[in-house]
Amino acid sequence: MAFSDKDLELMGTIIAKYPRKRSAIMPLLHYVQSVSGYVTPEGIEKIAELLELSTAEVTAVSTFYTQYKPHPVGEYHVGVCINTLCAVMGGDQIYEEVSKHLGIGNDEVTADGKVSLERIECNAACDYAPVVMVNWEFYDNQTPESVKALVDGAREGKAKGPTRGPKTLRTWKENSAVLAGISDGLANEGPSAGKASLLGLKLSKGEKK
Amino acid sequence: MTTLTPVLSAFWDEEDSYTLAGYQRNGGYKASAKALKMEPDDVINLVKESGLRGRGGAGFPTGTKWSFIPQGDNKEHYLVVNADESEPGTCKDMPLLMANPHSLIEGIIIASYAIRANHAFIYIRGEVVHVVRRLQQAIDDAYKAGLLGKDVKKGYDLELVLHVGAGAYICGEETALLDSLEGFRGQPRLRPPFPAIAGLYARPTVVNNVESIASVPAIIANGIEWFQKMGTEKSKGFTLYSLSGHVKNPGQFEAPLGITLRELLDMSGGMRKGHTLKFWTPGGSSTPLFTAEHLDVPLDYEGVSAAGSMLGTKALQIFDETTCVLRAVLRWTEFYKHESCGKCTPCREGTWWLVQAMKKLEAGEGTTEDLDKLIDLTNNIAGRSFCALADGAASPILSSMKYFRDEYQLHLDNGGCPFDPSASTLFKSTAGNE
Repeated sequence: MAFSDKDLELMGTIIAKYPRKRSAIMPLLHYVQSVSGYVTPEGIEKIAELLELSTAEVTAVSTFYTQYKPHPVGEYHVGVCINTLCAVMGGDQIYEEVSKHLGIGNDEVTADGKVSLERIECNAACDYAPVVMVNWEFYDNQTPESVKALVDGAREGKAKGPTRGPKTLRTWKENSAVLAGISDGLANEGPSAGKASLLGLKLSKGEKK
Repeated sequence: MTTLTPVLSAFWDEEDSYTLAGYQRNGGYKASAKALKMEPDDVINLVKESGLRGRGGAGFPTGTKWSFIPQGDNKEHYLVVNADESEPGTCKDMPLLMANPHSLIEGIIIASYAIRANHAFIYIRGEVVHVVRRLQQAIDDAYKAGLLGKDVKKGYDLELVLHVGAGAYICGEETALLDSLEGFRGQPRLRPPFPAIAGLYARPTVVNNVESIASVPAIIANGIEWFQKMGTEKSKGFTLYSLSGHVKNPGQFEAPLGITLRELLDMSGGMRKGHTLKFWTPGGSSTPLFTAEHLDVPLDYEGVSAAGSMLGTKALQIFDETTCVLRAVLRWTEFYKHESCGKCTPCREGTWWLVQAMKKLEAGEGTTEDLDKLIDLTNNIAGRSFCALADGAASPILSSMKYFRDEYQLHLDNGGCPFDPSASTLFKSTAGNE
């Protein structure tokens, strides 16, 4: 997939943020994923050209980080936290059941290209365990049933919105653009804080937990 | 009885807490205005005297770190905020940034001015899109309000860039973070030189945790005396404790340093109904496990150390009697293996061997001699690499062996795991019913 003039302009804006242009390699990789859904060979070549690096140097960086995908993922990329706390609280069971439900394993995509599955590490939301991330949005306090319903909805294009995030679930490509530094104007959607985040504050005010 | 002291979280229940207007309504950006009228060295001294220590794990005095930056050297200085929060169990900085991103930006203005940096970066983990949205909007609004950019103070410019990571725990290690920010694979550097001398782009750099920097405005605004009224002798001030796991009510608690787990459990409703505490981490998976005998350990830097662990990130992960300690430790060990960057051989190969050894033991295979072999192996991995990742991998193994050696033996005697994992979940098991 070729990059449009608009793409090149945005990539230029990203590079201009940094005192040294090599620092732009990570946001540019996120940007490539926002265009192509994964890190394509063409994307690697474009970044190498823009940053005056070899493709080997760009590939070396891309393959180090787990969020950069060397092959297409689903429009909705589902990450089930299987680090110890979430796993014990039910993450292992969620993963098993959802994997069976979708008929795919770790790092695999459904045949319709809609949903992919990943076993993810701790996502900094342990007070909402078990946690599932879809396109890196928070789905708190999940159960096997809630996640199966979520992925079914996603396949029909009617996924439930995140617990702490925008009203509706955005696609993998759309969220990749946000990670590249391009605003989607949705910062004001969703709550300031979830229930668990507010527990200490409520207790200090003498409110009920 | 210690009482809670919400400072950073004081207005998270307001629906626009994350906006510039919401922050300013709650007194925001008065501290940075005050600091910008002071001499930079006076700001450093104030933070030094306050006793604020790093909230990201190591507990190094924040003001002292700032004072290491050489002044008058005609070089660029950088402030880099570590928002890579990935230590298992740690979940304080993400809710803080989602609900109150401006506290960090105000802290960045103060810290950058103090160390004479014209360029600051926030390195945030990439798997949290909504936190990225909130933080980027806060930065954009701060620019529009003239709080960042040209002439933040006459003749003083400050640029702030949000840099989004891409899923690598190791980038929470400060020198790996700097390599990553420079556009390389995130691998730790040999020290010295320390970042204060040769950090980002080989220039003097301060790397601080989100909560450390976000705590600075309140100290400037309310003064040292106010800050020191909270906490203990060597651990001053307030901090965020994150309670998770088999408790009735998990959540965030902003309290003076030195509060105990017993107090936090008492005020939040205790363990989940009908269950008892078995083991817990005081500050993430890299801090040696505690048990019910440590309920009254003061959760400050000295108290937790004296009891044989580390305060770490104050991530209190609570596990009840249904949890198999070997299963928990194996899963953490797999995490360290997955996240080892591969630079140092003892860590790259060692974490791999630890997983093999733990897997065998959890499956009840092996002999009592293998338990000693595991301890020996672990001791040969800890302390032998550039960074502390392998040390972190050693913590759960060695501490679980210290307190639960019987349970390891039980797996061997039993020829497998005696626990039912479905008893630990929050929902009834439906596995296999589909």
